[in-house]
Amino acid sequence: MNEGERFYGFLAEFPNATALLQAARAAHAAGYVRIDAYSPMHVEGLAEALGFVKDRISLLALLGGLVGGVSTYALQWYSVSSAYPLNVGGRTPVWPGLIPATFEMTILGAALAVFFGMLFADGLPRLNHPTFNVPDFALASRDGFFLCLPTLDSGVDTREARRFLEQLQPLKVMEITESDAQ
Amino acid sequence: MVPSTTHDFASAAPSSANADRRSAGRQASILQGTHSLGSISDKISDIVLQGPTGWWWPVAFTFSSALTLVFFGAIAYLFYKGVGIWGLNEPVVWAFDITNYVWWIAIAMSGTFISAALHLTRQAWGVSISRFAEAMTIFALAIAGMFPIIHLGRPWFFYWLAPYPNVMNLWPQWRSPLVWDFFAILAYLILSLMFWYLGLLPDLATLRDRASKRSSQIFYGILALGWRGEARHWYRRGSAHVLLAGMAVPLVVSVHSVVGLDFATGNTPGWHSTIFPPFFVAGAMFSGFAMAMTIAVLLRRAFDLNDFITEHHLDSLSKLILAMGLILAYSYLMEIFMAWYSADPYEIYTTLNRMRGPYAPVYWTLILCVVVIPQALWSSRVRHSPWLLFWISIAINIGMWLERFMLIVTSLHRDFLPSAWGMFYPTIWDWATLFGSIGFFAWLFLLFIRLLPLISMAEMRELLVHQQGAKA
Repeated sequence: MNEGERFYGFLAEFPNATALLQAARAAHAAGYVRIDAYSPMHVEGLAEALGFVKDRISLLALLGGLVGGVSTYALQWYSVSSAYPLNVGGRTPVWPGLIPATFEMTILGAALAVFFGMLFADGLPRLNHPTFNVPDFALASRDGFFLCLPTLDSGVDTREARRFLEQLQPLKVMEITESDAQ
Repeated sequence: MVPSTTHDFASAAPSSANADRRSAGRQASILQGTHSLGSISDKISDIVLQGPTGWWWPVAFTFSSALTLVFFGAIAYLFYKGVGIWGLNEPVVWAFDITNYVWWIAIAMSGTFISAALHLTRQAWGVSISRFAEAMTIFALAIAGMFPIIHLGRPWFFYWLAPYPNVMNLWPQWRSPLVWDFFAILAYLILSLMFWYLGLLPDLATLRDRASKRSSQIFYGILALGWRGEARHWYRRGSAHVLLAGMAVPLVVSVHSVVGLDFATGNTPGWHSTIFPPFFVAGAMFSGFAMAMTIAVLLRRAFDLNDFITEHHLDSLSKLILAMGLILAYSYLMEIFMAWYSADPYEIYTTLNRMRGPYAPVYWTLILCVVVIPQALWSSRVRHSPWLLFWISIAINIGMWLERFMLIVTSLHRDFLPSAWGMFYPTIWDWATLFGSIGFFAWLFLLFIRLLPLISMAEMRELLVHQQGAKA
């Protein structure tokens, strides 16, 4: 470890998705709560193996859709009923004419909530992360499967954590350091 | 630089090991050759990072840049001089401008639709064509959105379509399909961009990690937003992907229905018909699938992507084109039938005038391109011959442009009063705008294949793991 750096945790590389999935299950069962798993594509069951229960993205879609739809309808209703009533040949505006814009904005509201809600829940954008300090971690976006076990501020014993990871038979175990400034 | 490792992927299947034998047989033709997770990533990202090989890219880029300049030059002159530089006048007040608009927006319809519908129905063959189909949507939609603005007499007031507090105390006319159009295009453009970007995120991270130049690392690093491939992030991305796909499909139908209503709410003979929204949606899918076919054939040839865009993809896409073409042919027949059945002399006259009036060559060329030529797709040999498919798809898109021209111009040039009849002849500026817009589309697309991965690497890796899991 160089000057101005501190120890963040361990990064263990596994040969494939199945091995990573088993390792994640074992680590979760052994009581390690703060663990992350990295893979180059979605691996079914991996998030659940880490103790992830359910995301709330669909609830966000519902809320975003309601906000978009209700506000657009209300705006049009205010416009045609009191702000600018337009009577052409006795045909006053009725609700079906207000539906297309309401529909489009319902979908747009839901989509915006889904997209930005997902980024917010992921904590993105976050251009810097301790795992990026490990050169081999670049493989996580190609064909590498990694389990990250942070020991910093988690009360986990460093030697114990290393022994546990090695017994999961990874390809190798690497140390993650981060600069003090972070 | 990225260290290279070789892993054993034969057992790299998570819960997909129970994928059935039948799907294994089907997927075998979706991804050909022997590939590993690494080779997929390398092959697709090298197209971007190493740059396109061969002489064709600079040539195509120069040519499309020239056309792009023609496009913006024509628009600049239009803004200086006014819409009088085009051939339109009373009674034909909509001509190339709205034809181009409907044509481009129709091409834009099917990119996101293909990607979303195939994702929702878990069609594995959608994986390798969805990325460039989505790009096609965004570029075509951006161009389509320009036409309603530039066709305005006073284009600098286009924002009057949006409701905003103003000193005139005016509001948009909410019952007008033109106002619906504004909301529909806005929603579709933003949703398509987000859908595209969501798919791109992991691939941008791959490019960031594989880039060797500092400038590329920074460029892709910022675009990737720090994506790390964490399991929870993948999970949320999956949820978001399904939700956005589920929203995109009804949105596509609504957007082009509104385009159909732009015409159907007018009482002009040949337009005033309830068949227009579904008829327009079918036409949009048809021309969009054809454009996706054109691009697929060119890309697999240019970048040697036969392993990823296989004959199976072209075959499936051809079947979709054929099915949509039949729906469209049925709509043409129905239009003729309804004109006859209405017993309205104006409707009947407009229909007959299309077939034997001054624009009859346009009508019969479009029937040839849109109804007759696509019937070749019944033949399996045609569906497996990329260059035939390429020329068929070009014919379809020419035919679909002529169809919109026919619908718009023949209805307007002879309506109720013979004393108000007239003809439309395009000027050089009409042609410059049309071909310029095609050049601008090609220009955007050439930049896209230079800067972003044209096939989703993350989804291809997932497909590979499923395929190997099913074989193991």
